[in-house]
Amino acid sequence: MAIFDVSGYKKYCELREQILPAGLTHLVDRTNHYNFGTKTQEFAVPPGVDPSGFLKSCNHDGGVCIEMNHGTTTLAFKFKHGVIVAVDSRASAGNYLASKDANKVIEINSYLLGTMSGSAADCQHWERLLAKECRLYRLRNNHRISVAAASKLLSNMMLGYRGMGLSMGSMICGWDKQGPGLYYVDDNGTRLSGRMFSTGCGNSYAYGVVDSGYREDMTVEEAYELGRRGITHATHRDAYSGGVVNMYHMREDGWIKVCKDDVSELIHRYRKGIASLISV
Amino acid sequence: GQLYRNKLTSVVYFLRTVLAVAGEDFAIVASDTRLSEGYSIHSRDSPKCYKLTDTTVIGCSGFHGDCLTLTKIIDARLKMYKHSNNKTMTSGAIAAMLSTILYSRRFFPYYVYNIIGGLDEEGKGAVYSFDPVGSYQRDTYKAGGSASAMLQPLLDNQIGFKNMEGVEHVPLTKDKAVQLVKDVFISAAERDVYTGDALRVCVITKEGINEETIPLRKD
Repeated sequence: MAIFDVSGYKKYCELREQILPAGLTHLVDRTNHYNFGTKTQEFAVPPGVDPSGFLKSCNHDGGVCIEMNHGTTTLAFKFKHGVIVAVDSRASAGNYLASKDANKVIEINSYLLGTMSGSAADCQHWERLLAKECRLYRLRNNHRISVAAASKLLSNMMLGYRGMGLSMGSMICGWDKQGPGLYYVDDNGTRLSGRMFSTGCGNSYAYGVVDSGYREDMTVEEAYELGRRGITHATHRDAYSGGVVNMYHMREDGWIKVCKDDVSELIHRYRKGIASLISV
Repeated sequence: GQLYRNKLTSVVYFLRTVLAVAGEDFAIVASDTRLSEGYSIHSRDSPKCYKLTDTTVIGCSGFHGDCLTLTKIIDARLKMYKHSNNKTMTSGAIAAMLSTILYSRRFFPYYVYNIIGGLDEEGKGAVYSFDPVGSYQRDTYKAGGSASAMLQPLLDNQIGFKNMEGVEHVPLTKDKAVQLVKDVFISAAERDVYTGDALRVCVITKEGINEETIPLRKD
């Protein structure tokens, strides 16, 4: 209309195209953004700026500080009698401990477990979505999803949002037709199958302990003790890990929860053991 | 010219303190009523506990604008659920829904720290605490907001019996819990500048939600 040309008024869609290139206009939050995302998953994105840069700028001094729950130690290893999964339970938001008894193992179904490390919200959301997809697979195909396929689904979800600032390091553990399965999936889309993994900021301590005590033909009790020690020693030296050791054992007929032991009691027990050895 | 700012520096945040405790058959959600910005106080009578259903109350601290929008969105979603399913949402369901609402803004977050208090399907008290992007878990007690770092250790000691030896773990009664919440807020008002003026306590039982206002330090 003539009045638009005279006044310089631009339609909203033209403005959007100026800010963002053509391919990305669908990402911009529209004025009526109360769609609620009930039918399809929608993500709101700050207009005009790349999302990971926006969140980083939020955490500067002077800017608003949005702290999200982070930091952990998790470990998992395969052995003759299945897969052991052990995690700590500390959730930190910056320097404040948001929780001492966070649950970092998501029970996807009775034969699949996923661990969480990195940003708690990212892990919880994507692993819940993975649980939904695994259930749909089971209903559509009349057989359970394999561990390899479940981990592939998760890594593809991560690849879809690569570079947007997600932070997730997860291990998918299960027992399927091929036997025990253990995959490491992270926010870059890395997906690795292996015999043992440890994630989180305490992982180097856990690797040291488990590597020195690992044997393929361990008994079940020895494996439980190894998992407990790995997490306990990691929590002892890593500031961002602590709380309790939550341990699960993945067996042929499904997983069982083995224990939930306080690390301060465990470290006391181990130190007493070490001290008595030295005095002899 | 540059239409949009790159940083979130234009966001102004109003802090306050929110606290929730769950008991055997009750839940308490409490918040102070001071609304402050920087060195000023905008209002002394702005409570932050919002009643969602007859058995659930949410307390939000952080940026006030996002708190208001978030509670509007939650109310709308509750109505939608009621109309589609012909029943009220349970506390656990509201918590799971809030997690997805917050995560849908993962890349442009609501700057709100939420705590939900209510009764679960079995009538037991439940508290759910959230971070700004949607990670949540069920707790027995949680403090959020500006004085949270001061209150949480006190609650750990009094309700969780942490760092005390040889103490009998007596379950919390409703009256004791309400008294504890009042005492804890009085302590917070002594040492935190953003907490004070008055305390609004909502006690949720199967009979309904009972609200009480207690004065705090006004300085």
